[in-house]
Amino acid sequence: MSEAVVEQPFEPRIVAFFCTWCTYTAADLAGISRMEYAPNVRVVRLMCSGRVDPQFVLAAFRHGADGVLIGGCHPGDCHYQQGNFSARRRFELLRATLRDLGIEEERLRLEWISAAEGDKVQRVCNEMTEQVRRLGPLRLSPVPHPGSGASPVEELVAGEAR
Amino acid sequence: MKPKVAFYWCASCGGCEEAVVDLGEDILAVVEAVDIAFWPVALDFKRADVEALADGELAASFINGAIRTSEQQEMAELLRRKSGTVVAFGSCAWLGGVPGLANLYSREEIFERVYREAPSVANDEGTMPEEETDVPQGRLTLPAFFDSVRTLDQVIDVDYYLPGCPPPGHLIRAAVMALIEGKLPEKGAVLAPDVALCSECPRLATKPEKPLVKGFKRPHEVVADPELCLLAQGLICLGPATRAGCGAACIGGNMPCTGCMGPTSRVVDYGAKALSAIASLIDSTDEEEIAALAGEIVDPVGTFYRYSLPASLLHRRVALARQGGGSE
Repeated sequence: MSEAVVEQPFEPRIVAFFCTWCTYTAADLAGISRMEYAPNVRVVRLMCSGRVDPQFVLAAFRHGADGVLIGGCHPGDCHYQQGNFSARRRFELLRATLRDLGIEEERLRLEWISAAEGDKVQRVCNEMTEQVRRLGPLRLSPVPHPGSGASPVEELVAGEAR
Repeated sequence: MKPKVAFYWCASCGGCEEAVVDLGEDILAVVEAVDIAFWPVALDFKRADVEALADGELAASFINGAIRTSEQQEMAELLRRKSGTVVAFGSCAWLGGVPGLANLYSREEIFERVYREAPSVANDEGTMPEEETDVPQGRLTLPAFFDSVRTLDQVIDVDYYLPGCPPPGHLIRAAVMALIEGKLPEKGAVLAPDVALCSECPRLATKPEKPLVKGFKRPHEVVADPELCLLAQGLICLGPATRAGCGAACIGGNMPCTGCMGPTSRVVDYGAKALSAIASLIDSTDEEEIAALAGEIVDPVGTFYRYSLPASLLHRRVALARQGGGSE
């Protein structure tokens, strides 16, 4: 199966959506405190985890993310009172949907990280990077377009199996 | 000379054809205005008749159904060449439709199920369809069955979209009339109102400011109140995420909207938006309870992507078993 060893070691690409009030500030704290963590995480700063439209997560996967991390304030601490609960509700449904679409659960993660928890940013980013590294790259079949050929999945699989 | 039009079906159920027939006497006005040059379900023209037309000779082709086989792709490409305007007719042509849910499975899994495992199958010899079979009389061929279901615009350039499963009669009439009168909107438009279904729902007045529920019900589990907003009753009605234009026909039948009219123009991925709309109903801030309530939704993909999986950002299920380190 895994004989098709890639020459370059696989480095997971993880897109992180962090709320500006807690988790992004925590990531800042981690940086200021010179904590080292996996450079595989690309942070997108949003006003609130409640702003994370499931379309953002799907678009991240579509455009090459191997994992998506959402970070928000702890329950009760949301700057907008309820935003992180909205995030949690969507996350649960999205997770169930992605599971049925063949995307492993470890590729999508939601964490509450307060502004004081720089060390948690470090730990979560490192953990997730290692989990996704073990899963390997997320290989979505390309979205077809006129002229793109008929069987993208088969080509992909055939290419991998050789 | 009257403009020529064609109707064609690909991976579909025939309901879209029915919708054309259901125009009833109005179809006479259509026939009055155009020549139907090709319509396999109703008229005896053959592929050769289409091939004999000059490129662009058809004013318009109305193509329903998704693309699953090589024959459908060839016909779509042929009609594209012969037509000035191509209209993706119905949910399947636009978004993949119900046949698009087959993108949850591989071709092998589908063949295994359909030709071997299904309880109604008697196939002791294990015969499977082959694209080419040699028999004493010669070689028989079948169209190729592709790995994935595609939307029409993933195969050919499409000018307009008529949503619905099937498209409502008044939208079909409006589209045909706009075509005849040359009053079509800009290319790529969906020929239906660009607002959510709730806006034309007769139960809108009973929709709470913020509907919240402590549990989801499926239509067969309850007798819904015929006056009250279905969301407020815990039924998964996709009206908030779905385009208007059907007159809330299903809700008129006391059934929740399943989303056949697809998304409005601001949405990239219909299922993601439908999922968001339903998630917002969950009346809890407790993480375990939220997870339990979300778990009540049976078959989330079939619920949120019932008509749009091939058009979604992911397009199809990820082939997990074939990935190194996959968990299944």
